[in-house]
Amino acid sequence: MTTTTLNAPTAPARTGHPGDGTAGTRARRTRLLHWIAVHTVAVAAALSFVLPFVFVFLTSVMSDRQAMSGELWPDTWHWSNYVTVFETPGFLDWWKNSLMYAGLGTLFTVCSAVPVAYALAKFRFRGRRTALVLVLATMMLPPQVVVIPMYLVWAQQFHLAGSLWPLIIPMAFGDAYSIFLLRQFLLTIPQEYLESAKVDGCGELRTLLRIVVPMSRPGIAAIALFQFFFCWNDYFGPQIYAAQNPAAWTLSYGLESFKSAHSVNWNLTMAATLLVMAPVIIVFFFAQKAFVEGVTLTGVKG
Amino acid sequence: MATTTTAPAPAPALRRKRARERLRLLGFLSPWLVGFSVFFGYPLLATGYFSVMHYNQIEPPEFVGLRNWRYVLTQMPLFGPALWNTLWLVVVMVALRVVFGLGIGLLVTKLKTGVGFFRTAFYLPYLAPPVAATVAFVFLLNPGTGPVNEILGTLGIPAPSWFNDPAWAKPSLVMLSLWGIGDLMVIFMAALLDVPKEQYEAAELDGAGAWGRFRYVTWPSITPIVLFAVVTGVVQTMQYYTQALVAGKLASGVSIGPGTVIQPGYPDHSTLTVPQLVYSLGFQNFNTGAACVLSLVLFVIAMAVTTLLMRKRAGLLPAED
Repeated sequence: MTTTTLNAPTAPARTGHPGDGTAGTRARRTRLLHWIAVHTVAVAAALSFVLPFVFVFLTSVMSDRQAMSGELWPDTWHWSNYVTVFETPGFLDWWKNSLMYAGLGTLFTVCSAVPVAYALAKFRFRGRRTALVLVLATMMLPPQVVVIPMYLVWAQQFHLAGSLWPLIIPMAFGDAYSIFLLRQFLLTIPQEYLESAKVDGCGELRTLLRIVVPMSRPGIAAIALFQFFFCWNDYFGPQIYAAQNPAAWTLSYGLESFKSAHSVNWNLTMAATLLVMAPVIIVFFFAQKAFVEGVTLTGVKG
Repeated sequence: MATTTTAPAPAPALRRKRARERLRLLGFLSPWLVGFSVFFGYPLLATGYFSVMHYNQIEPPEFVGLRNWRYVLTQMPLFGPALWNTLWLVVVMVALRVVFGLGIGLLVTKLKTGVGFFRTAFYLPYLAPPVAATVAFVFLLNPGTGPVNEILGTLGIPAPSWFNDPAWAKPSLVMLSLWGIGDLMVIFMAALLDVPKEQYEAAELDGAGAWGRFRYVTWPSITPIVLFAVVTGVVQTMQYYTQALVAGKLASGVSIGPGTVIQPGYPDHSTLTVPQLVYSLGFQNFNTGAACVLSLVLFVIAMAVTTLLMRKRAGLLPAED
């Protein structure tokens, strides 16, 4: 008994068997080898996922001359490259525009998606299935399919080409993806809560604001994050509506022209690239849980 | 009580209640009803209208019948390459992403130490804004001074020209998309953790090895998620635009600014996708009719795939409906 506890403390289930001392050791060795194999693969894979960031960062602090060589490690660390990027004409405006697009876009989307998702999740009515199918259909629709007539309307009727408003305004009228995601979340709220609220005399609107919204905070956080990231990352939208007016460019759109303007200065381009990535990654670390929950919700629940 | 049974009073009361309920429903749905008709219904009809019109966005549209359709489908030189590239990406990129995502998902669920670190490392690249990720990859893979070719050179491995070589440009885009595998990894991880543990134990008792356990326990329970990943992947890849466009533009080294028209799909149209062609026709050549024809082709394919999705994966729609 003493040998078994010494040899296989992690496998107490086997203690009863005779001769289990060696079996325990072998099992432990197999487990150790398995651990080493799996973690070696994981380290190698993780390295290849992280190295692109590392190279981008290292190049972003090189001198102009060194960035044109193939060297990997900076001789001297030029943090001033980041200052140079910020001082590039337009760069701060792009930041402001990105924040406005992403901020207002997220606000509008959340406000419009909550009531629609609630109705689709909790109301029973004829045509509910059809409505859901249509929401899914819009979700699957490539944005290029409807962009030409929409552009013509915004440019010719409203004279809003050259601004981001044609991208922001539609978000006040429900984004299919957010509606679908939030609806999936709202389905998990037990019907009893809503019924007891109604027994207490709450109307639908009061039930929504007092019961449903507080209970679905994780779901709302997820759609807000997704929408923020979508706007921040959007390239196609700003290219259609803001291309002709550099004052309305966003970071994602401006970055590409930044590269063209500094075609030889990889160091500055890499510094700008990291500055475009940074907000998204910072937001992610603050809201990791809501985010991963949201990703899971799109695929697994339903 | 007596009056309610004799008089027809409940009918109007009930009707009023019904009407109020319908009004409330309309109120809750109104943002989407407006949005759907204005930003989906109208432009779709208008796309159909413009597809039979000659319209250069200055002079008034002029009816030309099926001329745009004939032009796009039979005469336009770039339609073939664009469709081929899009289909190539749909097949290769989606297949590799699903396999790779499942592999990384399996790997992470097998880890015992540092799970949080590895999960974050695999997830972060997915968050990188597409333009930024593409600029980074064009730098990493640039044949002149890129770190990747620098390292391959040191190791004595012949290095391709990646985004500057027509044969390697699409594979380079696939590498970029595999770097951003984080979304699929999370979905697969959740699915893998949902597989009941007892089933693995039962399979082990029956003498199943690692492959047997995967084939007979893991695979059957994750097939719905695999199917979901495939179909959403197909839909997303049909819209593939930003990365291909930015990579082509930057690798070509052509300086671009407002008003500069460059041939999309550098090198040699190898990165030209159907959505890029829609943009280029509609916003650079001002051939609205042809652009709308191409939009409708894209629409039909997207809807066919969506229908397939809803047939095969009924789980997307709740069972009780």
